[in-house]
Parts: sequence; structure tokens; C-alpha cells
Amino acid sequence: MDQHHFFDAPERDPIDRVDGRAKVTGGATYSAEYKIQNTAYGFLVGSTVAKGRIKAIDTKSAERAPGVLAVITHLNAPKIPGYQTGKDPSKPQTGGQPLRVFYNDEIFYYDQPIALVIADTYERVLHAAKLVKAQFEKAAHQTDMEANLAKAKIPTGPRFEDYKRGELDAYKNAPVKLEQQYNHPVEVHNPMELGSIIARWEGADKVTVYTKTQGVGSTQNSIRDAFGLKAENVTVHAEHIGGAFGMALRTWPYEIAAIMGAQKIGRPLKLMLHREQMFTNVGYRPETVQKIGLGATADGKLTAITHEATANTSPYEEFTEATVNISRFLYACSNVTTRYRLVPLNVCTPIWMRGPGEATGCFALESAMDELAFALNLDPIEFRIRNHADTDPERNLPWSSKFLKECYELGSDRIGWKDRKLQPRARQEGDWLVGYGMGTGSFGAFRGSATVKAILQRDNKLVLQCSVNDMGPGTATMMTTIASEQMGMPPKQIAVQMGSTGLPPGPTQGGSMVTSTVGAAVHDVCAALKEQLAALASKEGSPFHTANVHEVKVDDLVFSETGLSLKRDGSVKISYADLLQRNSLPALELTKESRGQNQPYSSYSYSVHFVKLRVHPPTGRIKIDHIVSCADAGTIVSPKTAESQMIGGAVGGVGMALMEAVVMDHRFGRPINNNLADYHVPVNADIPKVDVLFVNKKDPYTNPMGSKGLGEIAIIGVAPAVANAVFNATGKRIRSLPITPDKVMEA
Amino acid sequence: MINFEYIRVATAKAAVDALVKDGVAQWIAGGTNLVDLMKKGVTAPQKLIDINNLALKEIKKEGSKLRIGALALNSAVADSELVQKEQPLLAQALQAGASQQIRNMATVGGNMMQRTRCPYFYNTDMPCNKRQPGQGCGALKGYNRMHAIFGASDKCIAVHPSDMCVALAALDATVQVTGPKGSRSIPFLSFHRLPGELPQKDNTLERGELITGIEIPQNAFAKSTHYLKVRDRSSYAFALVSVAAAVDMQRNAIRDVRLAMGGVAHKPWRLTAAENFLKGKEATEANFGQAAQLAIQGAKGYGHNNFKLKLAPNAIVEALKTAVGKS
Repeated sequence: MDQHHFFDAPERDPIDRVDGRAKVTGGATYSAEYKIQNTAYGFLVGSTVAKGRIKAIDTKSAERAPGVLAVITHLNAPKIPGYQTGKDPSKPQTGGQPLRVFYNDEIFYYDQPIALVIADTYERVLHAAKLVKAQFEKAAHQTDMEANLAKAKIPTGPRFEDYKRGELDAYKNAPVKLEQQYNHPVEVHNPMELGSIIARWEGADKVTVYTKTQGVGSTQNSIRDAFGLKAENVTVHAEHIGGAFGMALRTWPYEIAAIMGAQKIGRPLKLMLHREQMFTNVGYRPETVQKIGLGATADGKLTAITHEATANTSPYEEFTEATVNISRFLYACSNVTTRYRLVPLNVCTPIWMRGPGEATGCFALESAMDELAFALNLDPIEFRIRNHADTDPERNLPWSSKFLKECYELGSDRIGWKDRKLQPRARQEGDWLVGYGMGTGSFGAFRGSATVKAILQRDNKLVLQCSVNDMGPGTATMMTTIASEQMGMPPKQIAVQMGSTGLPPGPTQGGSMVTSTVGAAVHDVCAALKEQLAALASKEGSPFHTANVHEVKVDDLVFSETGLSLKRDGSVKISYADLLQRNSLPALELTKESRGQNQPYSSYSYSVHFVKLRVHPPTGRIKIDHIVSCADAGTIVSPKTAESQMIGGAVGGVGMALMEAVVMDHRFGRPINNNLADYHVPVNADIPKVDVLFVNKKDPYTNPMGSKGLGEIAIIGVAPAVANAVFNATGKRIRSLPITPDKVMEA
Repeated sequence: MINFEYIRVATAKAAVDALVKDGVAQWIAGGTNLVDLMKKGVTAPQKLIDINNLALKEIKKEGSKLRIGALALNSAVADSELVQKEQPLLAQALQAGASQQIRNMATVGGNMMQRTRCPYFYNTDMPCNKRQPGQGCGALKGYNRMHAIFGASDKCIAVHPSDMCVALAALDATVQVTGPKGSRSIPFLSFHRLPGELPQKDNTLERGELITGIEIPQNAFAKSTHYLKVRDRSSYAFALVSVAAAVDMQRNAIRDVRLAMGGVAHKPWRLTAAENFLKGKEATEANFGQAAQLAIQGAKGYGHNNFKLKLAPNAIVEALKTAVGKS
């Protein structure tokens, strides 16, 4: 455990988002906004059929259109080295073969890219793209999950094999049992910023891209492997991301197409997806059908959990996520069975989205827990507390920390849980029925490895460098906060440089692990920097070096905004400028890699979400009055951005619960609400006051700050809290998301 | 590239002359729908005649009538004290429509002229008789949750998306138009049409006829009106069903009442039978319920929108209750 008892100071002024001003004033540059001279514009033409082959493709009129520089199709596409080897050019790897753009004539899904048109202006490329005419040999596509459930199969590899603890499907013989099905539709990430890339080749074997990615390092690897380049010859910039929610966790075919196009024309190429293409070509939360079986004793002790999930994937790849895993560890239960299956459909491959599979899985588990609590005539929180897992039942390990009960307590108080009646339809205000609901969330508190470079300059500026980027949670703010705390330096003296492969390697932004991973590295490099400063201050000639004292240690010193001083005698001091000058150093530079250690503990973050809402049964309208989200995420490092992240998760959860769903017309195999007018995400008027409460107790083992991840638990558990509140209000259990007015009326 | 000519005109006569002269031209005002349609490739006018400079923005009393110029902005009408005082139902309906940003651009005339939001109409790769007569109706056996339950044909089951027009239909507004053959006045209920065999035709305007304004006759509804919009989210969503209700109460009896619905037909749907039933009756939930049952007679669902058969009468009752302060 860290010596310095980091963040133990009870009251700190939370700092504002350090890049907030740049973001709201247009000062932050996003991928498509880099001004690169001589940039040409690309646009992807998609397949109009959902399965089959390209019989013929006529590009002549497009090629003849004014300003057109090239039209790339499978007939003339340059050979991509990574495509020929059969090696998966995408990171992280998935089972199967990622889509190879313009590789051959095979069509797997609607809007699959069949041509890249390149022209000198954006308007001209849009027009020319409409002139590309393709003929298809159509085959019967499958986009309907319900109709294809019989094709469900276990994904390849050991991770997704059936899991059994104790007796198989023991719920069937339990004294009190519940068996229900829960449906979750396809949801699309729909960040504000569209998928965008500018690719510029600098010679035959060197390329620079400005692209929307959550991990510049993984994008660098993907491009390296696809184009057969040396990693150091692939530069990836992605300092700012206009939201992603998981959609930019891999390198997509549109990015490979743009790099291919730039190579073909020998000019920089910009390609920005249209909103419609965001629905078809860059992943989504898969449609998931779940079955939960629960068994309990009459006094409310869980005896069995069976959790089955069947999700869709693409015809060419197996996308998997941890949908059922939460049922293995969230509650103390000796008989647990989980099964996970995939159904290939004619759509592009899904990708993790907001809380990913855990959020989907938690909707089923936490809805079922609410149902069983009601069947047992128990308060849902009491039922959960009776089945609290004091140690990890899956791995038989103690928790590194767990303050879930504190979350239940904090949140119950704030939402006014005592006013909730066990029986539904018990509270009425005019024609509206009032209900309360809650849902628990949990996600692994992971820590990976990161390298951070710290540069202390003579002007008292501290520069922190790491290739990690920030899709919104406030990574730079978190880094600044830690360094400020460590160095006794005000945030304004600290500058963070991030989001480029030229910087020391950091992790991909995802999986709720950036603060733990990068924050620890910032902590460690600052600690090392202080050691170095202490060593320099110990040198002969320094005011700290006296006849009696030849060495000062970090603990003897006070580090402040302009220099260091002796703890026991503040008059003995030196400025950073002087210290560096005396040592003929223009700046003090230090690079440090930090990584998590394997511990004999299980580490998870927890959240409990509470919802109070009103339902108008005659018209099916739902109005959420209050949301309280409580989190046990260890020490909260950056309180303001952490609170914002929790609010964002609650908003995403409301979307998941009440409105988000991609509607497919299976006759054509294509989405028909592929725009932000018809695909509904919550607007301000849908969102009530959201109270965010943190337990804010440190985890002794995760990292020096004692923090645990927050991003995923912000949404995991919100949707079941809403669904459970709808039940409490109306007595109607809606097990198919989203809960739209028509479902409320028909339930 | 599909280039188009763009001109600006300053008078209604010049606007009409320019359009009549050029068979492929279209007028543009706020452009909040037309520009979308052009981007989507649903329409490709070779010439746009910008009519924003026409002096048709005024909102004023003319005798007992309220007159609103065709180019008055949706937000200006919604915020007008005169409209809020005399015709609050119209202000309520406008506030329920689109988003503030769109209301700041969209005009009254443009609101009436907006096309359906049926997804099959917007996606040029899918069948739609309204966009391309003879292609078939994609929604009929497709995804029709948002679609009509009244007055549809097997050629088209789309709905008119406007909120404003539902209020104007209830308020017996008239539409003032001017065209090559002179000016005329169209009763609001005759302005939009049902799809029938000609779903491509949204309204009864003749080629070259320009909307110059609307007139709303004086009424005694100001104290008891409500525009109820049931939708999938609280703002920036089209109505699943909407109800414009205006009641003139004399003690507890209904002296006069107007009811119209949105989201249920190819045009704003006036509920005359329900109105006639309610006139002279007491404002009770039972009477509202009976009126709603009369209103829903002849309604037909197409699958995904069957819930509207239940939602519509419930929404009528709810809107009436709210209008008379009994909710």
C-alpha cells in the first residue's frame, strides 16, 4: 500500500474539466477538423442488399463526374497485405475473419461498403457517389433474431463455455422459483462525432492518420498489420473524441478504406461517415434474448441462478461480451449456471457499448431479482442484502474492497425509499401512478499498464505525456488532479499531452480502467520525480546539503508550486528553476511504466441506481421524477468529472430503458430509423434531477489512489431500476426494452 | 453535381410569376423540411425561389379574426402574446412541435406544406407511392407504428406530421392563398387531403398557388384548451397521437367544443361526431369517454400501430379533462 496516503485529505476543491473551455469554444480539434493541405474527400457507397454478391458495378459515370480522383471497388482495390495473410488485422481480436473491405464480391450486410469514391471537394464526392450503380445477385438474408434463435451456438474458445457451480439449473427444484425471458433490442452508440479519419501517406511505407479511436495504440497495430508497415511508421492522432461509447474500440473497414484511398491517389484523404452509416458500419449493442431462472427459500435466501443469453453477431465474426458473467458473482448463491450463445445475422459485427454486456445482463438479472423479491413479499433491497456476497463466490477470493451495502443505504435515504410501498399501484397522484425502483450494477476494477512521462520545466510547468486519449470522462482532468496533489502544484501549472502514438504508451479508453491505469502511472512518475528532486537537492552546494545533513529524503521535503523546502524549517528552500539551473538541466524529465499486480483479491466496482417515476396508464406515458445513482468506485479522484460521468450513465440508462432501439425492416434487412430524429435518445426534458453519491472509500489494493473504475457502473443497473419502478407504479412487468408508451398500455 | 438556381423575390406576385414561368421551381422559406428532402434525394428542384423577403410575417387582429402571415416563424407565433391570449391552443400546439431551433426557422406556411415523416418516403431505396407513384406502399406491410388509423388507402398509410395544423383544424381556420388565377380562401379542413389513389398529392393547392396567411375566427375557447401530444420522448419526437381540445364551458355544461387529432391520418383529423355528442352535455369523464368512442369509430390498425386504437380514445379523454381542468 502506498506510503503517502494519497487523497486522504478530506476536503479538496475539485478542479474543473481542464479541456472544458477548449471543447465548448471550438478550440478542441477533432479528427475531421485537422487542416491538412491538399486533402481530398472520400465517401463510401454501400450495398443495397443484405446478402449476396456484386454481379456488376458501374463506376464510369462516377469516374467521369467533375473533380473525381478515383473510385475504388473490389475490382481494382490495391491488395492489402494483412488481408492476404488471413491474419486478423483488427485489435482486439475476435473470433472469425473481420470484414475485408473491397476484398471480393461477397455481401454480408446492408450498406456494406462496395465502393470508395474520392473527389476534390466534399460536394462533388457526394454527388459522384450517387452515380455508382451496382447490380447484385441477391441471396436470402437473415436479420430477424427471433426467427433464427435455433441457430444459436456457443462461441469458439474456452471463455464462453457453459458455466456451472453446484447443481445444474437448480432453480427448477427450488421452493420458490422464477423463470422469465428478457429482451433487449439493438442499440447504436450514436456519439455526436461521426466516424471520421484523415489519412496521409508520407512515402511508400509511412502513414499518419487523424482518426476517431479510443486507443491510438490499438489503431496503430491494426494499421501496421493491415498494411504490413513498421509500427514506428504508423502515426495515429486522436487527442479529442466527440463521444464514442465503445464505437471506436476497434479499427473499422471505413478507416482501412480511407488509408487505402489516400495511398491510391497520393494525397491526404478525409472520410467522414454519415449518420446513416453509423447505424450500419461501426457496431452496436447486439440484440440479446435472456432467460433467467432464480430459486430461493421461502425466507429469501437465493439457492439458484441460471442465466442464459443469446446475442446476435455478424456472419463473419464472433463478437462476444460478458452478458451472463455478473450472475456468477453478484450474489451469494451456491448453484449457478450460465450459458452464452451467438446467432449470426446479416448485419455488421457488434461492438461493446456503454457498460457493454454487463449492462444488458444486469437488466435481466436485476429485473428478475425484483420479481422474485415481490414473489417473496420482500423489499427488493432487503432481498439483496440477505444475499450479499461477502466474498467472491465465483473465484473464492476476498474482495479487495466492497461497499455495496453503503450504496443501498445512501441511495435509499436520498430517493425516499421508505415511502415506497411493496404493493404496486399503491401511490396515485391524479391519473398518474407513482413508483420506485432500484437496480444494482457491478464491473471489474481492472488495471492495465501505462507509461507516463513527466517534464518539470524551469518555468514551474509540469508536462505529463501519455498516448491515452479522452472520449469524455475527463482523463486529462484526472491526470492533472493526481499530479497537482502529488506535486503540491496548482492545476494551471500542469499541462497534459495525450492522444498520439508519439507519446509514451497508454491504454485504450474503455473497460473502466483508465483512471486506475494511467492515474497510477501519473502517481508513480510524480513520486519518482520527487525522488529525483530530493536527490538533486541533496547534492553538495544545495541549501539542503549542510555539514551535518548530506541527504534529504522526499518525506523531509515540502513540494510546492515554485520549488521545494524543508519540512521542519521552511526557510531552507530552493526554486525548481534554481535547482535545474544548478544541475545544468533545461528540464527534469522522467518516464515511468506502471502496471497492476496480480493480487489474491477480487476487485469490482459497484453501483446502485434508484428511480422514482410516474406512469400515466391511459396513455402509457412515463415521466421520471428523480434518479439517484450511488457508486462504490473506491477513492473518487476527480469529483466533478466523476459526477458528470455518472450523470451521463444515468441518461444513457434512461435511453436504454425507455427509448433506444434500432428498428429493422426484415423484408429489406435494413434499419429504418437510421437517424437521430427517429432513433430516440433522451432529451433534456426527459431527464430529471440526477443525484450522484459516492461512498468514496479507498480500495487498498487496486492502485495508489485507491480508486476503482466508474465508466461502466454509471449505466449498469439503470435500466432495471426504471423497469422495476414501472412495475412498482403499475403492477405491469415489461421485460422487453425499450418501455415505450404502447408497451405500457398493452402490458 | 445537381446544381440548382436560386433566386429571391420580394412580392407574392413575383413569387407566383416566377414559379408559374418555371415548371421545375419550388419555393423555399425556412427550408427545415425541403433541405432535408433535397439532401435525401427525395426531391431535386432545379430552381429555388426564396420567399423569405415577402411581407407576410405579421400577426394581427383583423376585425374579429386573428390573421397570421404565412412567413411568421413558428417560434414567433408560439411566443406571440396576442396568440397566447386569443388562441392559446395554437400556441400550445406549436410549442409541442419540433425543437426550439427548428421553430426558429420554420414558417407557418412551411409547417402546413411539410411532407410526411414516413421512413419509406425518405429512403429512396424503399418503395413509396407518395415519392414514386406505382412503387407500392412500404409501410402497409412493413413497420407502421407511426402510421394512420383513419382515412388511409392501400396506396398510402402515412400521417401528416404537423402539430400546428391539428390546432388550426380544430379552430376552423381558413388558409389564404394567391395564385395565377387570383386569390382564394380554403377552409383548413379542405386544405390537406386523404391519400386515396393520389398519395403523392398532400393538399388541394393548385400549381402556382402560394399560401399568404391563415385566419382564425374569434372563439370563446381561450380558457379551456389543451394540446396533448403523446410521444416517445418529451421533445423533438413526432406524435404517436396528439389531441387538440378546446371547450367553451357554460357553468358545468359544454356550450361548444372542438376536437382534432394528429398522428392518426394523412391530414389533421377533426372529430365532428364527438364534438356533436358533447355539445350541451356536462363535462364529465363518462361523457368524454362516450365521445371518444364515437371519435374512434371506423379506425383501423395496420399491425404495429394497433395500439393507437386504444391510445387515441384515451388521449381524447385526457385532453378534454385537462382542458376543463379536471385532470
